[in-house]
Amino acid sequence: MSIASTNRMTPYLFLAPAGVVLLVALFYPICYMIYASFLDWNPSQRIGEADFVGLRNYLKLFNDDAFRESMWVTLKFAAVVVTIEMFLGVGLALLLDRNIRGMSVLRTLFILPMMIAPIVVGLMWRYMYHPTVGIFNKTLKDWGFEPIPWLSDGDWAFASIVIADVWQWTPFIFILSLAALQSLPSSAIEASKIDGASGWQQIIYIKLPLMLPVLIVTLLLRLIDSFKVLEVILVMTNGGPGLSTEILSIRINRTASEFRELGEAAAMSNLLLIVLLILTFAMFIYNKAQEARAARMRAVEEEA
Amino acid sequence: MSTQTYDRQNPAFYALLIALVVMAIGPIYLMLVTSLKLNVDIMSDTSSLLFMPTLRNYETALCDFLWYEPEHLRRCDPTFGRALVNSLIIGLVSTAITLIIGTMAAYALVRFRFMGRDVVSIWTLMMRMVPPAVLLVPVFGIWTFQFSIDGTRGGIILVYVALNLPFVIWILQSFIVQVPIQLEEAARMDGAGPFQVFFLVVLPLIKPGIAAASIFTFRVAWNEFLLANALADRNSRTVPVTIVNSLTEFDIDWGVIMATGMLLAIPPIIFTFVASRQIITGMTAGAVKG
Repeated sequence: MSIASTNRMTPYLFLAPAGVVLLVALFYPICYMIYASFLDWNPSQRIGEADFVGLRNYLKLFNDDAFRESMWVTLKFAAVVVTIEMFLGVGLALLLDRNIRGMSVLRTLFILPMMIAPIVVGLMWRYMYHPTVGIFNKTLKDWGFEPIPWLSDGDWAFASIVIADVWQWTPFIFILSLAALQSLPSSAIEASKIDGASGWQQIIYIKLPLMLPVLIVTLLLRLIDSFKVLEVILVMTNGGPGLSTEILSIRINRTASEFRELGEAAAMSNLLLIVLLILTFAMFIYNKAQEARAARMRAVEEEA
Repeated sequence: MSTQTYDRQNPAFYALLIALVVMAIGPIYLMLVTSLKLNVDIMSDTSSLLFMPTLRNYETALCDFLWYEPEHLRRCDPTFGRALVNSLIIGLVSTAITLIIGTMAAYALVRFRFMGRDVVSIWTLMMRMVPPAVLLVPVFGIWTFQFSIDGTRGGIILVYVALNLPFVIWILQSFIVQVPIQLEEAARMDGAGPFQVFFLVVLPLIKPGIAAASIFTFRVAWNEFLLANALADRNSRTVPVTIVNSLTEFDIDWGVIMATGMLLAIPPIIFTFVASRQIITGMTAGAVKG
């Protein structure tokens, strides 16, 4: 009866090409990296010639102030940008969820920053932050204020990369939450209106709780992506001044290409991967729980 | 209710909208304007509104493809032109390969019950979050020492296909689920084999999904820097790599670099305007209505 039994091999045939590529070019490299993190290995050696050093790379990392600093910068960056972007994005979505002309044009313009190459985004912001020709300092000078050392002072540099990231990624959260808002059942909102709920009460008691599942998934997606940010910061500050904007991805790149310590870079990649693994796993569990709940609700409804 | 009506809003609301639009596209506009300026105008302190727009920076970047010799150039530097060709080839080929094998895998995951299906979907989801930075060391090592495909376009294409596959499979699944199974059964009754059903019945029905997936795939391949930088040699460098390389010099030629940045940004901008609906569907698929 079932179509699947007509040809046992078909699913495997369909999966095979993708499976082979993923195994060879994604899964194998990751295993390779886990192994490499136990080696003392520099780029001119074949991996077979590298010495096995056990956990030395990891121990070295944990005692390395520079690494701890860049771990801290990474976490701080992720926390700060995701918080700001969530507030701004959800706020804008609540504000702009109206029946207005030109909404689709607006959405199109909003996704532009996400589509452009991160390299180019970094370039644009580096130009705008430029101490003499950049638009920010030019404007400040015209208005008679002191110029700001955007990229040359540690704290300002961190703020600068946060601003650039917020510019690039707030639209992502805005678009997801707008889609969530527009798929809410209008009956609940109508009912609350009839009961006399004010605009704020509608938002706090009806809209936000109903949007929550989407918001949590959005948050996790954005959090995962914020650990991947690299090019924008690379172009703007290259991790400097000092270590103030050196997030983990940049440190991995520097350790591999500048310090030529592949083993150590692999150990770092491993730690980054573990953080992301935990986040992805949280998302997966949450999705499953949500599905289970939906199934239970349906069952209850059918009984009634 | 045939014509759509719009609510009236108060003026402050429109002011906010305009401010948002200016913020969203301001930096892009600034880049465009800068790419049309001579360095004298970029460096000048006076108001930036008055200047003679010039295509000279673009001529410098693209001198390889011009049929005439731009008079301001003493020597044509073919680096950028070569990189543009590389980027195009790598972007298009990797997108094509990813989509073909990605749709097939997504179809198998949705339509067939087979051993290990759940394991496969969990793994694709997990692979989705692997950042390029994590692949840097192993891909460099393996591509150089084991496969000996470092410095070739093929090598870069292979990484991009692998990097994009999990996302493409994930996104296409949500589109394939919506294809009514009756259609496939009908085709099978008429004697179509599984491959015929897939290519002639399913593929035409999920065109919007394929459009979204190909835009996302092309974008990653077109924009990626880190892995291309590690793998490419002089002849296979992509545009992002050349841009970053020209940045490290002490004296930055802002006009030319903004022109190259603009050229790199143009394809994604075109996609956005042509297919914004598909892009938004792709972005929201999976997250909204889990």
